[in-house]
Amino acid sequence: MLNIKNLHVKLEEEDKPILKGVDLTVEAGKVHAIMGPNGSGKSTLSYVLSGRDGYEVTDGSAHLRGADLLGMDPEERAAAGLFLAFQYPVEIPGVGNMTFLRTAVNAQRKARGEEEMDAATFLKEVRARARDLQIDAEMLKRPVNMGFSGGEKKRNEILQMAMLEPRMCILDETDSGLDVDAMKLVADGVNALRSPDRGFLVITHYQRLLDHIVPDVVHIMADGRIVKTGGADLALEVEQNGYADILAEVA
Amino acid sequence: MAAPQVRQDVTEGRLSALAFPQAAGWTLPARQGALARVRAMGLPGRRDEYWRFTDPATLTAAEPQAARLFEPGESAPFSTMDRVQLVFVDGVFDAGASDDPALAGVEISRLAEAQDQDIHWARDIYGVLEAHGQTPVERPLAALNTAFATDGVLIRVTGQASKPVNLVYLHCSETSDAILHHVIRLEQGADLTLLENGPAAARFNKVMEVDVADGAAFHHVRTQGRDHDRRAVTHVFARLGESSTFKSFTMTANGILTRNECIIELTGDNAVAHVAGAAVGDGTFHHDDTVFVTHDAENCESRQVFKKVLRNGATGVFQGKILVQPGAQKTDGYQISQSLLLDEDSQFLAKPELEIYADDVACSHGSTSGAIDEEALFYLRSRGVPKGEATNLLVLSFLAEAIEEIEREEIREEILDRLAAWLERHRS
Repeated sequence: MLNIKNLHVKLEEEDKPILKGVDLTVEAGKVHAIMGPNGSGKSTLSYVLSGRDGYEVTDGSAHLRGADLLGMDPEERAAAGLFLAFQYPVEIPGVGNMTFLRTAVNAQRKARGEEEMDAATFLKEVRARARDLQIDAEMLKRPVNMGFSGGEKKRNEILQMAMLEPRMCILDETDSGLDVDAMKLVADGVNALRSPDRGFLVITHYQRLLDHIVPDVVHIMADGRIVKTGGADLALEVEQNGYADILAEVA
Repeated sequence: MAAPQVRQDVTEGRLSALAFPQAAGWTLPARQGALARVRAMGLPGRRDEYWRFTDPATLTAAEPQAARLFEPGESAPFSTMDRVQLVFVDGVFDAGASDDPALAGVEISRLAEAQDQDIHWARDIYGVLEAHGQTPVERPLAALNTAFATDGVLIRVTGQASKPVNLVYLHCSETSDAILHHVIRLEQGADLTLLENGPAAARFNKVMEVDVADGAAFHHVRTQGRDHDRRAVTHVFARLGESSTFKSFTMTANGILTRNECIIELTGDNAVAHVAGAAVGDGTFHHDDTVFVTHDAENCESRQVFKKVLRNGATGVFQGKILVQPGAQKTDGYQISQSLLLDEDSQFLAKPELEIYADDVACSHGSTSGAIDEEALFYLRSRGVPKGEATNLLVLSFLAEAIEEIEREEIREEILDRLAAWLERHRS
């Protein structure tokens, strides 16, 4: 599904390497988690994959279902099936959440040469999926993320993910700012989307999210590289001993 | 004090190109008074503080600059609405193209025809609100209009107008120079929606005096565009009675020079005045909104909401003032002027002012100038919305606060559609 090879990335504005040779393959139907201390490059990886400005790839490659991601505009990556759930979802005053969702759904369909979703079907789909995430009608009417609490913003990300039906989902620190109940709700939303033809990359600092979204594979990232890979129990090890032991072990 | 020589020369040059209407019936005294005002003030020049951001030379010149005719290739604004159309072609009334002006609760007559009849209500307004609006800031082009207007409409509303009145200004001559003057009186409790659209002329000088009596409501929506070469200076002078409402929205698309002045005086308690504008322009576009709101009574509300989208070196100007007179307690005044600069060549020049002589008021103002929010743009693109479409969505969201000032949904939707179409044509 997602194949990252020897990815080297630096900040565009300064000569500061952030990713120093990341190798990672996420298979369809699998949930991979990336954990790591602050500044290890986890979020940078998500931004580079989704096409945010400000980064320069100096070496390596990233392919989604065989297509070269790094050569595409952000909207092309989305249409190819990539979705990033933002750590800090952006507030957009003046653009209604429903308008935004519908524009996005139909833009992707159009890019893939599919029929646009008609208004009635769209409304039905949104309502059903919003209900599962306990997003009320009032929230759907408001401008994108405006006046949303931290938990509401994250639920709104998952709603977008559900509507856009991506093939590869990247969740960047989706647990940050969530209380236990909100985290459970978000995790349920993600788990409902798990399927044999969809891959997940869950980026998180803490293990607690992984109690709810149980990963198949856990990677530890440090200083711009993946330094250790294991099963779900690796996350528990981090939780108990912190990163220091693991980093010392691989150093 | 006599105006300086240069100004006198400009003024006399302009006056010499105009014929003073000696046979103007009951408007004659008002016109003579206005002519005297023009001579005393002199026409404006670039050095005037009030014209610092907009060069009035082409507005005060003896002859207009030619303006190419433009075929918009889309239906005229408001054409799907049930309304009474009054059509002016290059400033000349076209009875054949106009609807029968019979409308319950509304008396409509042409200025050019009404001058021979003694219309008392209009005599109390024609040139009166304009003259009153000359202090504390002079508006010589409005006085020039009062003196020389060749036509216009007089509208008196006594009840609830069953449909809007639509003034349509067609432009068919490349060198037309039109001066129109409208007088509108809403009697107590009356209600009227006035629509205006069309480029009008190569050069257009328009004054509209609106007297809103106690409890009456005036709704005004106009579109200016999309001819690019046209030049226009417009003035709206409004006087608001107790518990009355005045709401005016202007959409401007293109235009090499537009100066829209709006001078509002809230004279009765509990009156509400909203004036808003959404302007989109490209290249040599120059758009100036100059607003002066005077609070003279208690517990009144005023809002000024002006948004401009500028690209490829376009210029936007906003000069807005809220003046709260002594005794105008509980005034609620709001003013916002913002521009969205789509490139580094465009500019926005703003002079927001508050002058307050009452101690129990709430007034706020803000003026900003910025680019497209890159974070928001990336967010939209990451969801699959292509860059051009995402940019336009953000531009429309920037304009939303101004567009939301339009109360009637069908008009709001139409304005939104036209702005979206403009953005689509000018997609970067």
